[in-house]
Amino acid sequence: MATSYGPLSIWAVIVAGGLATFAIRLSFIHLFGRVDEVPPWLERALVYVPAAVLAALVAPDFAPASATVEAALTPELLGGAAAVAAAWRTEDVLWTVAAGMVGLHVARFLL
Amino acid sequence: MDSRVPPDLRDGIRDTLPLLLGIVPFALVAGVAGIEAGLTPLQTVGLSVVVFAGASQLAAIDLLGRDAALGVVVLTVVVVNLRMLMYSASIAPYFRELSARVRAGCAYVLTDQAYALSLARYAGDRDRETTTRRPYYYLGVALTLWIVWQAGTVVGVVFGAAVPDSWRLGFAVPLVFLALLVPAVSDVPSLGAAVVAGVVAVLGAGLPFNAGLIVGAVVGVATGIALDESRLGSAGGGSGGGDVTDSDPAEGH
Repeated sequence: MATSYGPLSIWAVIVAGGLATFAIRLSFIHLFGRVDEVPPWLERALVYVPAAVLAALVAPDFAPASATVEAALTPELLGGAAAVAAAWRTEDVLWTVAAGMVGLHVARFLL
Repeated sequence: MDSRVPPDLRDGIRDTLPLLLGIVPFALVAGVAGIEAGLTPLQTVGLSVVVFAGASQLAAIDLLGRDAALGVVVLTVVVVNLRMLMYSASIAPYFRELSARVRAGCAYVLTDQAYALSLARYAGDRDRETTTRRPYYYLGVALTLWIVWQAGTVVGVVFGAAVPDSWRLGFAVPLVFLALLVPAVSDVPSLGAAVVAGVVAVLGAGLPFNAGLIVGAVVGVATGIALDESRLGSAGGGSGGGDVTDSDPAEGH
């Protein structure tokens, strides 16, 4: 799980990601008067960005290593299922993480 | 509190306090996860200070831990934070009278929560507020969040270094993504976007440079738009497409 990148690479990511994020935040605040609206096509696409990106990020963390049912029943998957249920009920990060961690460790104990 | 503190600033701080219940654990996770992924304490805190956007920080930590290509990590941070374009455009009119330097400072601390709270307040009393007073409420919210976020990350870094690996605290990262994903899936097009993006990302997991993530996100967004199109089409097209985004100013947490 631990990265094998050296400090220079990691700092490069931090600085580049930070500058890009700042540019996004500053964009319209800085340009106001010259550009006053997000283009409608971009606005429509942005609506679906959170759902798509978060799903693409999270799916490989829970994907089973092989297609058999036994292989799919991992502690991670059961913890994830508990987290989804909690997220659905509470829409709260704290409860979701708590349910997922408890689910993971209970499943590790039982399986 | 000192009576010379502008009342708007005080109101901003007060309105932020309930949100901290959600922010503090999130910040702790950002600190713990950085250490678990092999970043140094300074790098983990540096990420919080320089990027200051929770979900994108966790995405970067997650991908660095998987040794994803560096370009993909940066691109993912950008994509996760693209929604802030909408906040920037939407809040820009209220910052128009400020100096360039103050505007830049306001932009740096722009978050989901600062945007959502401030816009609700500004839109609520259009007449009373003068433009010079406007940033005080915003800064009350945004700076409170900034301070608590940095402090939470530091505590998470210290805590993360002390906790045994068997506790699997790094698992909190995908859990936080799930916590953000579930409320983002609110209708059929967003469900389609999520399902397709997830499936493509899993199928593309073997692609070089973690391209599966980017391809999955792009195909997912396209799916969402296509489903939205077909829904508007079958509804007779009378509702128009101009107001799709009005309902979700505060996606993410």
